[in-house]
Amino acid sequence: MDPAAQLPLLLGLAWLTPLASFVAILFFGPRMGSHGRNAAWVATAAIVTSLVLSLTAFVVWLGAHPVTAPAHGHGDSHGEAHAADHAAAAADGEHAAFRQVALRAGDAAALPGADGHGDSDHNAEAHGEPHLPAAYAGDWYTLYEGGRLKLSIGWYIDALTVLMFVVVTFIATCIHVYASGYMHDELHDVTDHEVTLADGHHLHRPGRFPRFFQALSLFCFSMLGIVIAGNLAMVFIFWELVGICSWFLIGFYYERKSASTAANKAFIVNRVGDFGMLIGLMALWGALGTLSFADSTAVGPDGHETVTPGLFSLFRPAETGHALQVPDGMVTAAAASEVATIAADHAATPADSASEIAARVPGWREAGLGRWLLVIAGLGIFCGCVGKSAQFPLFVWLPDAMEGPTPVSALVHSATMVAAGVYLVGRFFPVLSPDVLLVIAYAGAITLFIAATIALVANDIKRVLAYSTVSQLGYMMLALGVGGWVAGLFHLVTHAFFKSLLFLCSGSVIHACHTNDMRKMGGLIKVMPWTGYTMLVGCLAIIGAGIPFVIGFSGYYSKDSILAQALSFSQANPSHTILYWAVAGGAFITAFYMFRLWFMTFMGTPRDHHVAEHAHESPNVMVTPLVVLAVLAVAAGWALPGGLGVANLLEQARPAGTAEGMTGGFAFGQRLVFPAEHESHVGAVHVTATTTAFATALAGVVLAAAMYLWRLISPAGVATVFRPVYAFLAGRWYFDELYDVLFVKPTLGIARLASGIDRGLIDKLIDGLAWTARRLAGLDAWIDKTVVDGLVNATANATWNAGLKMRAVQTGRLRQYVMFIVVGTVALFVLASLAFRSSVAG
Amino acid sequence: MMPAPPPVLLALFVTEPVSVAHYLVVGAILFTAGVACMATKRNALGVLMGIELVLNGANVNFVAFASPYLAADGARSLGLDGQAIALFVILLAAAEAAVALAITLNFYNNHATVDVDRADDLKG
Repeated sequence: MDPAAQLPLLLGLAWLTPLASFVAILFFGPRMGSHGRNAAWVATAAIVTSLVLSLTAFVVWLGAHPVTAPAHGHGDSHGEAHAADHAAAAADGEHAAFRQVALRAGDAAALPGADGHGDSDHNAEAHGEPHLPAAYAGDWYTLYEGGRLKLSIGWYIDALTVLMFVVVTFIATCIHVYASGYMHDELHDVTDHEVTLADGHHLHRPGRFPRFFQALSLFCFSMLGIVIAGNLAMVFIFWELVGICSWFLIGFYYERKSASTAANKAFIVNRVGDFGMLIGLMALWGALGTLSFADSTAVGPDGHETVTPGLFSLFRPAETGHALQVPDGMVTAAAASEVATIAADHAATPADSASEIAARVPGWREAGLGRWLLVIAGLGIFCGCVGKSAQFPLFVWLPDAMEGPTPVSALVHSATMVAAGVYLVGRFFPVLSPDVLLVIAYAGAITLFIAATIALVANDIKRVLAYSTVSQLGYMMLALGVGGWVAGLFHLVTHAFFKSLLFLCSGSVIHACHTNDMRKMGGLIKVMPWTGYTMLVGCLAIIGAGIPFVIGFSGYYSKDSILAQALSFSQANPSHTILYWAVAGGAFITAFYMFRLWFMTFMGTPRDHHVAEHAHESPNVMVTPLVVLAVLAVAAGWALPGGLGVANLLEQARPAGTAEGMTGGFAFGQRLVFPAEHESHVGAVHVTATTTAFATALAGVVLAAAMYLWRLISPAGVATVFRPVYAFLAGRWYFDELYDVLFVKPTLGIARLASGIDRGLIDKLIDGLAWTARRLAGLDAWIDKTVVDGLVNATANATWNAGLKMRAVQTGRLRQYVMFIVVGTVALFVLASLAFRSSVAG
Repeated sequence: MMPAPPPVLLALFVTEPVSVAHYLVVGAILFTAGVACMATKRNALGVLMGIELVLNGANVNFVAFASPYLAADGARSLGLDGQAIALFVILLAAAEAAVALAITLNFYNNHATVDVDRADDLKG
């Protein structure tokens, strides 16, 4: 069978199934069993269907593109995968009905002019041609087409898409199952003890079970939409959908002030990032006129194929060996005045002006025109990712997002919302220039450090995990920023597994203890062993535990590759060595706070007997997902003997031209060198990185054990010694306060001023007008009542009185009437004869 | 020949040959008698008889005006029109009498009398 036809079908269905569930629950949710009990089944069935379809697509993908272990050296071993790509590309041609678009691997065949030899792919390796990722792209539906603007719902499917589909649907499935147990309180009327009404009672409301699963389904649909999107406009649509879903879910307990505030905060902070993203979109579309990732081939009526290049081949055309260059559109946009002059000179012959402009483009490009546009586009898109993936300085919303139910936190923190930002940076990676990458790396480094230090002193179990998410997202961004494409996305996948595991474990603990405060826990391992040991697996995975150079938890592999790439980068750019130290220091802090959490919660003796007495292991429906996720948190990083593993799979999707590394950059007055990722696998780098990772993680665990398990060092004593630092960290670096002073307070001030003007000036004016109108109306009413009504009434009275007088005539006596008639007739006759006497007499 | 002395009206009436005026006098007498009858009778049937007299008084006039023998010159008579109108009047009088008798009968059934002075329900 043909993967080019199968993959869009399978993944498209996997994408739309949650939407169907959302619609079904939206309309029929409350009628699904008592209190909508069966809504959980509908949503779970939908996401399981998605998972099955995604796994099928995964198998189809592996059938068409076998994953092989990379040979360290120069990627020569991709030949086999390439041959398969080529076969798929050839098969493509038979399915014109699908408006199939050239596989990137098949570009050479579709564009004979690009490299000039037909059987290029088999010779490609020999010619030293760069690796091209296998990908399928096309459109399902065009929303709007007019002028240069084309908005379509399309797909771009490569190994990354398929992998993300499997990860997202898998984790979402676990969370759906878990949530159907966790949310059982919502099946009957709920008394919310955190909301006190004005009359002193607690809020009593009906349960909202179906509503939860409805939003969860929409959330999955939106996230899958981002992953499958074939163009940036579609990404943006689903980006916003993810935002609104997070708003629904974080504000699920919207009667609580803290929850509604947190939902609004998440939404507004994301808007800030999305504003930057819109600027990036406009820069791209304005200069290039397309937002689609891949090239699209349109077959004209004469059978002639026209290829419209997509973003990837505009920025990294085959002519330059897929090296990043400023696209023609951006160059001419930057040189707008010269272009206008040329066009004016050749007003009569537009063809001449077009060719002259084309001839001068390389010169302008040499002069550096359009490079800022490239940077703006990259930074703009990254700005959106900063908001979504909670990077510095917009990370403040994520810890507050804890107000949502715990399954939502797990979903938001692992597979959906925050993953979207990292995913988009990964997807958009070929377009990012060295300067943008450096900004991304530093944003990631700052984020990971700040968040990790805050997590050190947090006492709320979910808050520790929230800051750890922010910190790990910083890791991913840093990895992408230093050129570690596979490393960053690898960590995204492994982190999705262990972070959802950790959150679900914390949910299980909260479910048992009815508190988030770790200071009230302790010794829970005895009552809830399943939760405790699965959480230990999660902690070991997140700190990257493993036997160096032999085997380890999933985090061991992804974190090592990040560390190695950071080390490789800082060796190439000595002035940016701090990035490496941020990663290494972050690893130490991560190990410390994760084990602080675990020791405080599960080890030692119970600190609060009330809590300890009521604690119990969670029901099976909640424990099962924990075990499944724990298995994957261990194994997600492993590669099978044949080479099948996440990292190697991602290697298949590596954007064209990024395998060789990159040099360049102009914004900071220095030349940046981005070493190729495979160079970080070289012994010198790899051994140092692995050793560092192991040593820092071990040190962190030992320190945590010394403080919280063996009680050698008193945490309170440390806090006293470093009181200012402790206060600073416990105050979360005072970011919320800073933003409050910088943005919230001035905004509220302006709002108050505006409201004052509104009340004092505009309202007064309107009130005055209303008062005048009222008086005028009163006068009018008086005139109406006295003059007009008086006239009408007088007429009526006169008529009435006349009637009263006249009734006397009607005596009812017949003979009298006869006499009246006779006398009247005679009188008329006499009068007439008097008047007309002469004529009659004549 | 001596001019004739001015004739006394009654004498003239008797002496002159029969003309339209004589008929008119008869009609007027009938009319007046009818009116007097309508005005004085309390019995509804008497009133109806009065009406018949009034109508027939008028009929005499119509027929007199129609007669070619009575006209001074034929051109000024009503001709057959007069007789036709008289016939119409007779016809209508018959219809009217039927309706009036029906009303009277009903009135009698309801009030056990045919005294028109008792029929004062329409008094204002």
